[in-house]
Amino acid sequence: MNNKALEDSEKGHAVLECYEEIPCDPCSEICPFGAITIPGLITNLPQLNLSLCTGCGRCVPACPGQAIFIIKYLPDKRKARISLPYEFLPYPTTGQKGWGLNRNGHAVCRARVISLILNKDYNHTALLSIEIPSRFAKEVRFFRRSNDDNQ
Amino acid sequence: MSEFEMVRDVLVVGAGPAGLGAATEAARLGAQVLVVDENHRPGGQLFKQIHKFFGSASHKAGKRGFVIGEYLLREARDCGVEIWLDSVVEGVLAEGPVCVVQGRNSRHIAFRNLILATGAQENTAIFPGWTLPGVLTAGAAQTFANLHGILPGKKILMLGSGNVGVIVGYQLIQAGARMVGVVDISPKSKGYQVHLDKLKRIGVPFFMSHRITRAWGNFRVEGVELVEVDRNYNILPGTEKKLEVDTICLAVGLNPRTQLARQLRCRLKYIPELGGWVTIHNEDMKTTANNIFIAGDAAGVEEANIAIDEGRLAGVAVAQNLGLVSEKEAETIKEEYRERLFSLRSGKDKERLECKRTLIRAYYE
Repeated sequence: MNNKALEDSEKGHAVLECYEEIPCDPCSEICPFGAITIPGLITNLPQLNLSLCTGCGRCVPACPGQAIFIIKYLPDKRKARISLPYEFLPYPTTGQKGWGLNRNGHAVCRARVISLILNKDYNHTALLSIEIPSRFAKEVRFFRRSNDDNQ
Repeated sequence: MSEFEMVRDVLVVGAGPAGLGAATEAARLGAQVLVVDENHRPGGQLFKQIHKFFGSASHKAGKRGFVIGEYLLREARDCGVEIWLDSVVEGVLAEGPVCVVQGRNSRHIAFRNLILATGAQENTAIFPGWTLPGVLTAGAAQTFANLHGILPGKKILMLGSGNVGVIVGYQLIQAGARMVGVVDISPKSKGYQVHLDKLKRIGVPFFMSHRITRAWGNFRVEGVELVEVDRNYNILPGTEKKLEVDTICLAVGLNPRTQLARQLRCRLKYIPELGGWVTIHNEDMKTTANNIFIAGDAAGVEEANIAIDEGRLAGVAVAQNLGLVSEKEAETIKEEYRERLFSLRSGKDKERLECKRTLIRAYYE
């Protein structure tokens, strides 16, 4: 699947930001669709088959390194939703406004909380989904509330 | 032989992942096992670990550390392993038995085989102001926060960007502290990229190629000065930075605990990548002293999954030593553990494979 096809699609898809060879495989074990595989040694990098990925998000809380995100482009293409693992209290609540932070912790755009899901299977890692302008979908990987000055 | 209170097939010193792994394996094969641990609760470092572990999902990866600890403990108890807590192995008597101190009593335990699973201890860093309240090791901060629900400080500087530093830094943020920064004298961190990324995306500043010059404060740490260094670790004048902190956590490496190994006259070898002086062992985790085996961080600082498997390897070897399992059956089981250890040590940390081979070669010299 190429980038344009990803942006045109209406389903979310996972992004595995796991680039280091460490012994780890919960992602490949949890994916119900077999979209994630780790060929050969357990230290090899996980491979994602985008055509099998439905964007269900189970891999996000399962990854011990919190290295997996779901990106979903909305039909109008101007907004995107990023689902990320969240393990801090107090939890953000639906509708809350804040900032989308990039990988260096810089606030690059406004963000709004769509949902926070805590499932028993997630083992205390919440799945936080935020809505941001779609042009930041490849950058935003964390959320900070507007009135939050902790960090 | 001096008077001893009791004798056991296998005495295991330390009830962390290596000790429990060893005890369970030996007990499953029919040995009578006693585990002795100086702490109030077993599980070693596992009980402070609230994060999800890496490794193989079929071997408890994705589970939080303390859950793995609970599982290992249940498994050991189910196999009939006896565990003494609050019991310190003070030393080894000349005639063989160990002296175990429990409260005000000392007891002498003789053994047919001994497995050392004493783990490692944290290094410290020394700088002017290091004796002020508020300067503590990362492990101590983790114990406060995760076991006792106490936040050691609100504005924390972490010295050291290895896995211990970045994991504890993340957990201190979860506990409500602000991480003012992570400092490391090296230009590049040796921690896992995913652990570093977790802190970076939250906005924690990293001061690589920096060192602490001094800390100051009245009744506790109030401020710290950092300075940048060049590739040879020389200070670059004019790059001093002052930060307001109330806590400095030291995450500057772990060092295998070898006191008992040395008393038992096991030979050691200095291997910096494994934490310093390490007890020499062969492919069965056997040391150079008779009937003494070793496993876990005490045999080289690595991580929990490796500690468990080294423990299991030692446990099988001990059962074989006691004649409880045939050489053929033992080799089959041991090979499986050796293969797992090999695969856990591949990838980015594969230098440890070579270090371990060096240790095993040293055994035969």
